[in-house]
Amino acid sequence: MITCPVCEIAVEIPAPSRLGEVLECTDCRSELEIVALDPVMLAMAPEVEEDWGE
Amino acid sequence: MSFRPGLVVLASQVRLDERRLLEAFEQRGAQCEHADPRLLWSLADDRTRRWHGVLNREIGQVRAVYAARTLEALGVPVVNDAASIEVCGDKWRTSLALVGAGLPIPRTALGLTPQAALTALDQIGYPALIKPLTGSWGRLIVQIRDRSMAEEVLEYVKALPGPQSHLVYVQEFIAKPGRDIRAIVLGGELLGAVYRIADGIRTNVARGASTQPCQESAEITKLAVAAATATGTDIAAVDLIEDADGRLLILEVNHRVEFSGFQQAMGDRVDVADRIAGYLIGRAERW
Repeated sequence: MITCPVCEIAVEIPAPSRLGEVLECTDCRSELEIVALDPVMLAMAPEVEEDWGE
Repeated sequence: MSFRPGLVVLASQVRLDERRLLEAFEQRGAQCEHADPRLLWSLADDRTRRWHGVLNREIGQVRAVYAARTLEALGVPVVNDAASIEVCGDKWRTSLALVGAGLPIPRTALGLTPQAALTALDQIGYPALIKPLTGSWGRLIVQIRDRSMAEEVLEYVKALPGPQSHLVYVQEFIAKPGRDIRAIVLGGELLGAVYRIADGIRTNVARGASTQPCQESAEITKLAVAAATATGTDIAAVDLIEDADGRLLILEVNHRVEFSGFQQAMGDRVDVADRIAGYLIGRAERW
């Protein structure tokens, strides 16, 4: 079971999952990034930077 | 025989749009991988052409430009290319490109210092908007109600570090009817248009605006396609606003099109991810 690194609740991982994929924890609403696939590991997604955009 | 070009979706973050794009390439049977620009580096004299073509979905403006410049130097076609990202990623350069093409925009000025911006605001009149030159999603846009507020805000601007921060983009405030229009252009063709509906000055889906289909008039089509052409973008999200007289003005052109709200409103009338994938595959056959 993969858990949210912030609130430790179980997080559903989409299949197939991809490196760099950003998920939202359904409980604490933290944005999480898939940083490893085998096994899947989650980390806090980076904060929005000044030049981010469309 | 199906053509299987080695295409890449360049993105440091795989969000819903990027996931849809990668799936669209897969469904079309194209060889396409995801590359994270946070891990990319290149020797200046490297001439290895690793990829056949790149869809640039990098969320960071600086990384998006430098990744595109680097790959283009290796002869790799990048969509959107560095030149268009540089134009679209800078509101003033976008304004100049649009005006240069004879397209309508709100009255807009650039003050090269906060002091000059105050004079520009006086000329444009109040209320007006101050916007950051770079960035999206309505971040750091300030509605300036009067000269007193302008003086206070510009005092803060003056205290910001770095010369870029002291360039002040000033724009006439258009009292829009609770919505603006997002039109998506791909390869010179309009894919469609939607209304983005929200109270306040920001109508970004990322900030919770809702979307509804918008009948694509000849005027929307003409302006959106011309705006994409003026900024050199193959793929563009053109944001338009209706003024009090119903006249359409172009607000901005986005090079890294976020289309989840657009797709939600359009339903099965158009599949944006599939159209972009098809466009890239078609272009790759000619590269």
